[in-house]
Amino acid sequence: MLILDTFLIGLSSGAIYALMALALVLVWRSTRVVNFAQAGQAILSTYIGYEVMNRTHNYWVSVPFAIVAGAAIAAFVDAVLMRALEKRSHKGSVSEIAPVIATLGLLGLIRSLTGMIWGNAYLQYTSPASGKGYEISHHTIPFSPQNLIIVIGALVVMGVFAAVFKFTNLGLALRASSFQPEISRLAGIRVDRIRTIGWAFAGAAGAVAGALVTPTTYLSPNSLDLLLVSGFVAAVIGGLDSLIGAVLGGLILGVGFAFILQYIGTSVTFSAAFFILIIVLFLRPRGILGSKIGRRDA
Amino acid sequence: MRKSKSLSALIFFAIGLFLLGLSNFVDELRAYQGAQVGIYVIAISSIILLTGFSGQISLGHGALMAIGGYSAVLSYNHWHFPMLLAFTFGAAVAALAGFILGMAAARLSGPYLAGTTLALAVGLPSLANQFHILGGEQGLSFDIGEAPKWIADKTGGDFTQYKWFFWISVTCTLFTMWFIKNLLQSRFGRTWRAVRGNPSAAALSGINIGRSKVLAFTVSSALAGLAGALLAMILGLVAPMAFTLTLSFTLVTGAVLAGVSNLGGSIIGALVLVVIPEITDAVATHLGGSEKISANLPGLITSVLLILTVIFAPNGPQLHKRNKSGKAKTQ
Amino acid sequence: MSGLLVKNFSVSHGAIAAVKDLSFTVGKGELAAIIGSNGAGKTTLLRALSGLIPHQSGEASWNGNSLLGKKPEDLVRSGVVHVSEGKSVIPELNVKENLALGGIWRKDKKDVALATEEVCELFPRLRERLLQSADTLSGGERQMLAIGRALIARPELLLLDEPSLGLAPLIIEQIFDAINQLRHKLGLTVVLVEQNAMSALKIADIGVIINVGSLVTSGPSQELLADANLRAAYLGY
Repeated sequence: MLILDTFLIGLSSGAIYALMALALVLVWRSTRVVNFAQAGQAILSTYIGYEVMNRTHNYWVSVPFAIVAGAAIAAFVDAVLMRALEKRSHKGSVSEIAPVIATLGLLGLIRSLTGMIWGNAYLQYTSPASGKGYEISHHTIPFSPQNLIIVIGALVVMGVFAAVFKFTNLGLALRASSFQPEISRLAGIRVDRIRTIGWAFAGAAGAVAGALVTPTTYLSPNSLDLLLVSGFVAAVIGGLDSLIGAVLGGLILGVGFAFILQYIGTSVTFSAAFFILIIVLFLRPRGILGSKIGRRDA
Repeated sequence: MRKSKSLSALIFFAIGLFLLGLSNFVDELRAYQGAQVGIYVIAISSIILLTGFSGQISLGHGALMAIGGYSAVLSYNHWHFPMLLAFTFGAAVAALAGFILGMAAARLSGPYLAGTTLALAVGLPSLANQFHILGGEQGLSFDIGEAPKWIADKTGGDFTQYKWFFWISVTCTLFTMWFIKNLLQSRFGRTWRAVRGNPSAAALSGINIGRSKVLAFTVSSALAGLAGALLAMILGLVAPMAFTLTLSFTLVTGAVLAGVSNLGGSIIGALVLVVIPEITDAVATHLGGSEKISANLPGLITSVLLILTVIFAPNGPQLHKRNKSGKAKTQ
Repeated sequence: MSGLLVKNFSVSHGAIAAVKDLSFTVGKGELAAIIGSNGAGKTTLLRALSGLIPHQSGEASWNGNSLLGKKPEDLVRSGVVHVSEGKSVIPELNVKENLALGGIWRKDKKDVALATEEVCELFPRLRERLLQSADTLSGGERQMLAIGRALIARPELLLLDEPSLGLAPLIIEQIFDAINQLRHKLGLTVVLVEQNAMSALKIADIGVIINVGSLVTSGPSQELLADANLRAAYLGY
């Protein structure tokens, strides 16, 4: 029973990691940048959801708003910041790290802005779905209606993404331009525009993660920082450029964390992410579903 | 060569004397801030050494500072190491950690290294809660005591605690700068430059790239460890809260503002980091802004500066100029 | 004027001038072979004509409309299609998806289907491998796929960069045959960049020989083939 309980905890957190990992992988595939600002973007969209809920008093109305906001923020970041960087980028050791640094700067910027607007105090963004675990034959399992919503939400996002990527022209264009931007351009695809749409998808995934997970904790300008790290580790486990890998990586990490938490102790959780990452990188540098390109030259 | 070396040592010595002398004419707050600038200079230099000269990125130097800080404090409190030895010990333990991390890092390219060091920055400080000896959330106190009597007597007048911090910080900073300057002119420095400029050519000419990267990581970590020990000194304690992710990001910001491959710029970067909160505080009080504003304004300004710098002067303001004049010469 | 006009065209790679003051014209429906050794600036020329890299000075126009300062994706939409060097297919996608890419932006979906059918008739081997990953194709099949994808865009001007690169002689012959067929059937104007001078000039109407970025000579391909001096110096046989 304990093992099953632990697994259920892992399933819910793993779904959230998977969403964050999806967001990071989508951006990485098209832009070759690990978007550290994703945590900030998701925070901002969640605050927007929070505001909508304060006005409408309806969590279910606020979530779509948060998702749209997350998509719009991401598209804006790509179209304005990333494109400005690319225009001015030139060869050299600095130009390689410039985009990463820029996303860090953006993370700081969004954190400070949200802090200025909403303060650094912990806010409650509550869902009508209960946070109390279901009761099965007098045993309360650590899986609440809100956890169920998290898992369902993540599944819906993954389903929509899979359908778009596999069966639509937009999906084909998204895949083509992230694999081979130049050839796609020569095939007549407006790669810049497509990339921005890809960022919007990523932003939406991050926003779903933020809006669904926040009711189980609290909302503050840096309440999603840990999720960023977990999402990144999940993405690396999955190979950093595989969408399916991101989902699997998220679930593996979520369940792994849950077991560590259960059997080793709460205080190691933060450092566990680091050690899991190091172990994965040493054992399987390409991740479980990574492409053939080595990490050294990627 | 020998002559220029002793000359540069002399110059460093002169700057040191000047700064120490200066400490007699400033108030307590400025002395404290001076000590802070010194610590930032060391920490930023450690990043510049790593990123600018060896092409690796680290978002986890805050964690390495924590390692240095905790080691120094533990050795001072428990084993009663003398202060200088405690600082050295802190740097050495951080160097060891950096060596191990560097072994992993040499196998990783940009995004993986950035993410791994990020995970370290988030994960490591929380280990403090795991081991009783590290003091949990409250951390450990660190009191280096007042300046020895002979120094206080020599300089005359009252020798305050902050002034003593300032003296130690300045001395360590100058020593570090002198050390880095010589290191960059040595064989290792030339190797790093070669590897950064053209890794394949460097490998073909017999340079062991992996080893050169690991060495850079080790030295950089030692410096970060020293900075961490100094930070613990002026804070009077080590605690997880002192080594947050924000600290790691701040250091990267400072390095970028300094111009990532310009060591002298570290002073500018450090000054900016110390001055910005000062200015924003003044602005916020003047505007009568709420606490929300004043608490977040420094972060806002540094972030905006960081973004503008990578867009408009990715090599730092100074190197940019040098590039231009360099081009003019060759034409 | 109709056709491709290139006048005093220069392109530089940093400080190095890769194409210098180049002028030539290709009439509508003609096939021009641009011949030169490795590093002669042929690829750079095509990349600048299709908007992948900026040019430095000079003019280039297709049917009187300037090609310069436009994005490659916009040029494709106006009928100027570039098949870049090295079997430009997307290995992560299957053959069908690679072909679909060529018509993804077109409104006339009926014609896209028709064009795809035509490509499959021209290169039956692609039809056999529609659901196979492009990664599994041979070099010749990849080249067919790249050209096929370009055709689905219904180009008027086709810029081909070394379609023979790395292929066996028999396959080269097949590809060149297909190119020749296409232009007679569809009235395509083709600019064919080649190191393989002999095969290219055989099917070309005109030849343009360049060396280190500059024009050596241009003229009807038969005349170039007959010129003994040229043959020895630039055509290499």
